[in-house]
Amino acid sequence: MICRMSAAQIRERLLAQEISTADVVREHRARIAEAEPVVRALLTLIDPNETAGQPDVTIDPPTGAQPLAGIPIIVKDNICTARVRTTCGSRILQNFVPPYDATVVRKLRAAGAVILAKSNLDEFAMGSSTENSAFGPSRNPCDPSRVPGGSSGGSAAAIAAFEAPLALGSDTGGSIRQPASLCGVVGMKPTYGRVSRYGLVAYASSLDQIGPITRTVRDAAMLLDIICGPDPMDSTTLDLPPTAFEDSCREDVRGLRIGLPGEYFGLGVEPAVNAAVRRAADLLADMGAHVEECSLPSTELGLAAYYIIAPAEASSNLARYDGVRYGHRATADEREARSERQGAGVMEHGRMTERTRGEGFGAEVKQRIMIGTYALSAGYYDAYYLRAQKVRTLIRREFAQAFERFDVLLTPTSPTTAFRLGERTSDPMAMKLADICTIPANLAGLPAISVPCGFHEGLPIGLQIIGKALDEETVIRAAYAYEQAKGEG
Amino acid sequence: MAEYEAAIGMEVHAELLTESKMFCGCRNAFGGEPNTRCCPVCLGLPGALPVINRKAVEHVIRTALALNCTINPAAKFDRKNYFYPDLPKGYQISQYDRPIGFNGWLDIEVGGEVTRVRIRRVHLEEDTGKLMHLPSGDSAVDYNRAGVPLMEIVTDFPPDMRSAEQARAYLVALRSILTYTGASDGRMEEGSLRCEPNLSVRPRGYEGFGAKTEIKNLNSFRAVQRGIEYEIARQTGILESGEAVRQETRGWNDARQETFAQRSKEDEQEYRYFPEPDLPPLMIGDDWIESIRQRMPELPAAARERLMRDYGLRAAEADWLTQSPATAAYFTEASRACGKPAQVATWMMGDFARLLNASGTAIEQSSVTPDRLGRLLSLVEAGSISGKMAKTFFERMFETGATPDALLAEHGSQVTDEATLAALVDQVIGAEPAVWEAICAGDERKLTYVMGQVMKLSRGKANPQQTRQLLQDRLNRGR
Repeated sequence: MICRMSAAQIRERLLAQEISTADVVREHRARIAEAEPVVRALLTLIDPNETAGQPDVTIDPPTGAQPLAGIPIIVKDNICTARVRTTCGSRILQNFVPPYDATVVRKLRAAGAVILAKSNLDEFAMGSSTENSAFGPSRNPCDPSRVPGGSSGGSAAAIAAFEAPLALGSDTGGSIRQPASLCGVVGMKPTYGRVSRYGLVAYASSLDQIGPITRTVRDAAMLLDIICGPDPMDSTTLDLPPTAFEDSCREDVRGLRIGLPGEYFGLGVEPAVNAAVRRAADLLADMGAHVEECSLPSTELGLAAYYIIAPAEASSNLARYDGVRYGHRATADEREARSERQGAGVMEHGRMTERTRGEGFGAEVKQRIMIGTYALSAGYYDAYYLRAQKVRTLIRREFAQAFERFDVLLTPTSPTTAFRLGERTSDPMAMKLADICTIPANLAGLPAISVPCGFHEGLPIGLQIIGKALDEETVIRAAYAYEQAKGEG
Repeated sequence: MAEYEAAIGMEVHAELLTESKMFCGCRNAFGGEPNTRCCPVCLGLPGALPVINRKAVEHVIRTALALNCTINPAAKFDRKNYFYPDLPKGYQISQYDRPIGFNGWLDIEVGGEVTRVRIRRVHLEEDTGKLMHLPSGDSAVDYNRAGVPLMEIVTDFPPDMRSAEQARAYLVALRSILTYTGASDGRMEEGSLRCEPNLSVRPRGYEGFGAKTEIKNLNSFRAVQRGIEYEIARQTGILESGEAVRQETRGWNDARQETFAQRSKEDEQEYRYFPEPDLPPLMIGDDWIESIRQRMPELPAAARERLMRDYGLRAAEADWLTQSPATAAYFTEASRACGKPAQVATWMMGDFARLLNASGTAIEQSSVTPDRLGRLLSLVEAGSISGKMAKTFFERMFETGATPDALLAEHGSQVTDEATLAALVDQVIGAEPAVWEAICAGDERKLTYVMGQVMKLSRGKANPQQTRQLLQDRLNRGR
């Protein structure tokens, strides 16, 4: 069963020539065909001839230059792929085919990875369940009546359903970690600036970060090694030396100082989730880590600050979808065409833009654009945007203080396990609370990972490990050690 | 009736002379087939990100220093949000509260009076595309210009300028600085330099300021001056009739030589500025500023001083010769070639300027190089040719590209030999005895005619001073 293997295992078998790259790709395609009718994780399947410009059957086994050769990967559909449509889960980009690859995609191709498909997401990555996708929700493979989380729900569901060993997601307020938690897989948001955002369709530029979704911590580390690094095309990437995160996968947490911020265990967190995370902390303590309670008093303000900053940036980032250059464009109806005294289907620019955006964007996106526009308006800027930035500074400072005493912080990833489809669509506040534990790491730009830490009523629970800025190494080490010690289940 | 005075401020936009655009690698050039110099970044495709062009930043720092500004050590970029089809991203990357340069000044001189115009800010932004309205009634957009680096220079408030002449002088001085620093080619007709004056009129002696209007579509220096004059008269007329001036943006109609209302204050956009999250703050360290300062080319004011000091030129001459770095360089080189700066200045401002203007040639492109002008003047100085011959030679040099020495070889030197000249004079007087008699009788105006005849006979080569002296001597003797 190749599909059950991790990317690291597949790589080993390929190197030993026990399996071929053709086997790997064929079996994953078969698995996709089998799982998709239920899971619906994917929006676009990529023709093998479109993959890296070479048919998969000729891919050589992995080498130093091509460490991911022949290994399948699924890419969230807000990351640009040349010649393959990139929809962002939106009607406005339904038929948008980018002429260029995102930097991460270019790196994947260079590493030999086989991009199998583009995965479903909440429209423009705005949501926590994939129910905001214009193309319908994805399902949680653990229970198809439940959501996979979001916004990278398609990527997480695809990994949980064994459609590929590797996937890319993007995380603005928890969009990698929360669905990973709900689907029982590993998801990591790197330090802001670690991975290039060039080609990631922007939602909230100061928060967005691309990261891996996998079934093992080692695979996440391996994928992060491939995609990270400075990029001259993204001025917000950090100029850092090459990484070897995979080497951090060591079962050694002796002396590791772990903080448990009490605030994260309130916040409407289900008792079962609380208990599972505390059990994880106990396990790490048994392995030699020092675990201690701590406090991050401003945590609760994070959600409010996020829902000012992210929509403010989004209102500007999404202004380019006006129907002039690409994407959906509204056409005039007959009556309008007559009144405009223009050719058929032609209308005045202002009206065209209004109609294009009215037709092209879904309700959640419109709501966030309106909130953001309001927050940036003259007379409200100081009260909302500026104040939210102050909260952001406060949260960053509190983290910095905590990290004087601790190497990592342990928290739940999501306050609850996967909820039912439709359960929260009419309750936006409940939906937004799904990200309450993940948002602070985005506001502070810190690396954070979600690893599975048990089940409640058959549904996966996620453990979040937050690290210091640029200290992915320790985050990965703690996550790997825990993953190995916990064993299956 | 009250006397009125204007208060004039100005916003100037200059496209910067960089190889590539402000935030991407596309070539920065004028014209070209529509939409041939675009990429995902300057088209604002989803996922594309800007990268700061450091050369553009250096141009702005250099200009800001030339305008005596303070340089912001931590400048930043902001987004100015509005919808327009020529704006690819739905926002323009600009600078809001931390421009690269601020608190500067530029001295201007009108009618011998020097006025210090304070500069509020110098900032960097990106240009938009261009809309084209097709005969079919459709509109098309050309994004070749989208993302071209644009520098904005804004005068301070309250405004320091009071007249259209001052506004024009400011713009001339500013353009001169931009061309000296190499930041811009300063071509108003091509739109690489754009000027938007704003002005209000108030009764002289009144402390506050009235409602102001901003004038757009001014595509030449002349239009700037005329537009401001028109607007001062219009606003004065409104105030005199007891009405109030509406705060609005007005366009200049060059054909009708008048302004017309374009946009009122109520229609003003709400731009929702906020810091550009795709770009880190622009840190400008002292080292960077110092290295730019050290490589600062000579500025117009310094060039003017130098010309007056080193060559003994008058202020008006120095002003004219420092109108652009090219004219100043030409003057310096030609003077070095012949050692006669006064003559070089006279030639450049006279015959040369006339021919350049008439043919639309730039001085640096003329076939009369500084060396050739220098050589020509040296020939005059050495007595090989007369001033009159020099004029003829110069026109030939300008039109055919001939060298002064080739022309000299072709025409021969001027005639200075006394005996030869005397023979020529005798010949003319002998041929026109009646004229000579009239002259001797007191009609000295006819001397010019005789001079002309001698020149004609010598095919222009008779030395005019000597010939005139000979005629004078002959006349004295005749009396």
